[in-house]
Amino acid sequence: MTAFDSPAPPLFAARGLGFSRDGEIIFAPLDLEVWSGDALVIEGANGAGKTTLLRVLAGLLDPTEGCLSWQGVALADGQRIAGSIAMLGHHLGLKVDLTPIENLRFRIALGGLRHGMTAAIALRSAGLQGYDDVPLRSLSAGQRKRTALAALLLSPATLWLLDEPYANLDREGQRVVDRMLETHCLRGGAAIFSSHGLFTPALSRMHSLQLGGVAA
Amino acid sequence: MSPGAPLGAALGLLQRDLLLLLWRQRADALNPLLFALMVATLFPLALGPEAQMLSRVAGGIVWVTVVLASLLSLDAVFRGDADDGSLDQLATCGQPLAMLAGAKMLAHWIGTGLPLTLAGPLLAYMLGIERAAVPTLLLALLLGTPLLSMVGACCAALTVAMRRSGMLLALLVLPLTIPVLIFGAGAVDAASTGGDPSAPLLFLAAGLALALPLAPLGCAAAIRIGTA
Repeated sequence: MTAFDSPAPPLFAARGLGFSRDGEIIFAPLDLEVWSGDALVIEGANGAGKTTLLRVLAGLLDPTEGCLSWQGVALADGQRIAGSIAMLGHHLGLKVDLTPIENLRFRIALGGLRHGMTAAIALRSAGLQGYDDVPLRSLSAGQRKRTALAALLLSPATLWLLDEPYANLDREGQRVVDRMLETHCLRGGAAIFSSHGLFTPALSRMHSLQLGGVAA
Repeated sequence: MSPGAPLGAALGLLQRDLLLLLWRQRADALNPLLFALMVATLFPLALGPEAQMLSRVAGGIVWVTVVLASLLSLDAVFRGDADDGSLDQLATCGQPLAMLAGAKMLAHWIGTGLPLTLAGPLLAYMLGIERAAVPTLLLALLLGTPLLSMVGACCAALTVAMRRSGMLLALLVLPLTIPVLIFGAGAVDAASTGGDPSAPLLFLAAGLALALPLAPLGCAAAIRIGTA
């Protein structure tokens, strides 16, 4: 098999990935792959293991079986895809005593900055202008979520791992997430996100993975 | 399209933590100092006001208060970051985690160890320490408090996954800080009785030299365990 006739490897793939904690199976072995431009939505009821799966994909948890690969190269145990993933978890990773802009400045120092993007542009795109001097503590859950979305816009990472990106957002906020996912995928990025299946954007290349109950 | 440089990330983390510790949460920043002052004030009340006896034990009292005050602040090193998801961001950002752990330790030392180091001689004066022992006390605190921060941060990272880890953290940290306490108090004792404090000071310096490269690595491994 030469590089010529084999198709390009997926950007990110998991083979036979399973995770159990204290003998209890959190999710059964599953396969998934995303190419650049893909969006994969992980659907499942509460407690189906969506968050755990995303944490395993992010490298925060070691899978009990199976392996991950990045651009066709299998990741060894404990090896992580440095700087290529951006994660938006259930906990947003923001400091409530800092203002949105201070939070974003820290995330830029940590993860770098996408070309042509600034903290001010990101905040505006996420619909959160005018809160420069207000600490996050005084903002609503939805506004905090928008700050986290702005942090995602700043990140140069190719693969987005988003846990319930639509939670806590109003209609307009949900449209912001839709637009962000569309732009990111058009730009050649990829996204894996979890959802109850209520709000899913109309993306050209979208797959879904059902967790829990039915075998994936 | 490249992630920030490791040093830039560490400095960014240091800057964020100092802004939080020393300004946005400044009421909490005074806690270790007030605690140290309270404990140091209790000793003369319990032991009696004999100047000679207090002067003899002043160095030891200051060291005990510094160790306890430092312990008091340790749980907060990673607790907030674990609760709000910042720790996950640190672990997934692709930067060397040991470097970021080092920044956390430095921030803890600047926010807690350094003020305690500066307050130590004042507390010792209050207890009537021999004037000649004060420079030794200051030097010993300067060498010992970073050690307390580094060892403590490693243990704090290990226990961060547990909700109520205060007592466990104390049980983990106290045995590890006993050498710092012994050599630190030993140096002050030697200086105040006219002896040579260089041996215990060198032990503290050796411990610091050992911990500087190793503690961030250990702490990074502990964070990986803690986020799992």
